[in-house]
Amino acid sequence: MDSYEKKQRLNKILIYVILTIMAFIMLVPFAWMILTALKTNQEAISVNPFYIFPQNGWHWSNFATVWKSYNFITLYKNTLLMIFFRVVCACLTATMAGYAFGRLNFPGKKALFSLVLIQMMVPAQIFIIPQYLMISKLGMLNTQFGLVFPGIVTAFGTYLLKTGYEGLPKDLEEAAGIDGCHTGQKFLRIMMPLTRSSMVSLGIFTAVFAFKDLMWPMIVCTKAETTTLSAALAKMQGQYSSDYPAMMAAATLAVLPMVVIYVIFQKQFVEGIATSGGKL
Amino acid sequence: MKRKMSKAQKDEAKWAYLFVTPTILGLLILNFYPIFNTIYQSFFKTGDFGRGNIFNGVANYTKLMSDGAIWQAFWNTIKYAIIEVPFGVVIALILAVFLNKKLAGTSVYRTIFFLPMVCAPAAVAMVWKWLYNTQFGLINNIFHTKIEWISNPSIAWISIGIIGVWSIIGYNMVLFISGLQEIPGDYYEAAMIDGATGIKQFFYITIPLLSPTTFFIVQTRLIGALTVFDLMFMVMDKTNRALNKVQSVVYLFYQYSFTNGDKGTGAALVVMLLIFIMILTVILQQIEKKYVYHN
Repeated sequence: MDSYEKKQRLNKILIYVILTIMAFIMLVPFAWMILTALKTNQEAISVNPFYIFPQNGWHWSNFATVWKSYNFITLYKNTLLMIFFRVVCACLTATMAGYAFGRLNFPGKKALFSLVLIQMMVPAQIFIIPQYLMISKLGMLNTQFGLVFPGIVTAFGTYLLKTGYEGLPKDLEEAAGIDGCHTGQKFLRIMMPLTRSSMVSLGIFTAVFAFKDLMWPMIVCTKAETTTLSAALAKMQGQYSSDYPAMMAAATLAVLPMVVIYVIFQKQFVEGIATSGGKL
Repeated sequence: MKRKMSKAQKDEAKWAYLFVTPTILGLLILNFYPIFNTIYQSFFKTGDFGRGNIFNGVANYTKLMSDGAIWQAFWNTIKYAIIEVPFGVVIALILAVFLNKKLAGTSVYRTIFFLPMVCAPAAVAMVWKWLYNTQFGLINNIFHTKIEWISNPSIAWISIGIIGVWSIIGYNMVLFISGLQEIPGDYYEAAMIDGATGIKQFFYITIPLLSPTTFFIVQTRLIGALTVFDLMFMVMDKTNRALNKVQSVVYLFYQYSFTNGDKGTGAALVVMLLIFIMILTVILQQIEKKYVYHN
C-alpha cells in the first residue's frame, strides 16, 4: 500500500513536470514577442551579448510607431465590424434554418439539407475565385460588405443549430400548439431561446475564425484603411522586415484584444469551440 | 405518390420554407454557383483586363501536370500534414489525458495550451519567423547554433510543421477532453479491480473508446493541413531559397489566382485539390467503418 501511494505521488509529479514544460513551450513565443516589442532595434539584433530583457527600460515607442503608421484604430474597427456582422448573420440565418431542418416537416427537406452537408465537405478555397469576382463586379472591393460577404450564411452553423433544436424535447411544441401559437411564434418565443448555448458556441466559433482569416481580407481589401488586422500584418511584414521590435509590437497589438477577451471568457471560449468544433 | 397535406401541415411547410430561404439562397449564390464556376473557369485561359476568357480545354490541367512545382507543392503539403497531424494529435491526447485527471491547476494549463487558438495565424507566424531568425533569433542564440531554420531547404518544412503543431495542440486537446469525459468511469473502476495499471488502462480502455473522437480529429485536421496557407505565406519570403520546398498547394493557388492574375490556372489547381481531398475523404470513410469503435 505504501509503495502504491508513493508511486501515485511520483506519477503526479511527473505529470506536473510534463505539463509545465509544455506550458513553457506554449508561452515562450508570446513572451519573446512582448519582450522584443519593448526593446530598441539595437537591443533586438544584439548577439554578443544576447539580451533576453530590454536593457534601458521598456521601449514603448515601438507601439506608438506602428500604431500611428498603420492606423490601428481603423484596423480594430474594420476587424470588429467584420466579426460583428458575420456573427449576427451567421446566428440569424443558422437559427432559422436550423429550426426548420431540426423540427419542421416539409417537402424537399432532405434534398435541401444535403446542400448544407455538401458545402461542409468541400474545401473553402474552391469558392474564393468566384466570390472575389462577384465582389469585384459589384464594385465592392475595399468595403465592409466585401469582408463580410462569404460569411453571410453558414452551412456549418445550420448543421450545429439543427442538432441543437433536435435535442429539445418534443412536447414543448405540442404544448405551445394547444395554446394557439403558430409556427413562427413557437419558434421565436419558445424554441429559439432554448438553443441559446448553441448560438453562443456558433457566435464564438464564427468570431474566432473570422478574426483569424487571412486570405479573404487580403484579396478583397487591399488598402490599409479598409482591411483587417491579419491582412494588415502581412503588409507590415513587407514594410518593416528588418525592424523586428516594430513587427513584434504590431503582432502584439493584433493578438491582444482577442487574448484579453479569451482570458476573461475562457470557459465559454473553450466550451464553445469544443462543442461546435466537435460537430464540424 | 402525392399525399394531400392538411392545412396545419401546409402551414408548417410555409414557415419552413421561409426559414430556410436565406440559408439556401446564400449557399446557392456563395457556394454552389462558385463550385461550378470554378470548374468552368478551369477550362479557360484568363483574358487580359476587359477581354473575355478564352476556352482552352484541358490546357490548364496539362500545364499544371507537367509543371514540377505543382507536384512539389502537393508533396510539400503532404509533408506538412505528416508532421502536423500525428504530432498534433499524439501530444494533444497525452495532455488531454493528464488534464482529465482532476488535478489542481488543470484549468490554468488548459487556458495556456488553448491560447494559440485565439491568435491570428498571421501574428503567430511572424513571431515564429523571428524566433527562427538565423542570426538574431532566440532559438539559435539560446542553443548556440547557427541553423537556418526556415531558409535551409532540407529542414524548413519541419520548422513550418512545428509552428503548425504548436498552433493546433490546444484545439485538438480540448476536443479530446470532451471525448474523454464521455467515457463512463466504471470502465476504469472495473479495470482497477482487475489490476490494470494506468498505462494498461490507457491502451485497453482509453484508446479504443476514444477512437471516434480521434478519428474525427484526424480527419478534420488532415483536411485542414492539406489546405494550409497562412504559415507558408507569412513565414516564407519570396526570396527565400527554401520556398519551393515548402510552398503548399493553396499557397500556389493564391499566387496563380491573385498575385499573377491567372485565375484559370488557379481554378484548375484548386479543382485538383478538391479531387485529391474527395478521394482522401472516401478512403477515410472506409477506414472508419473498419477500425473505429462504435457501441
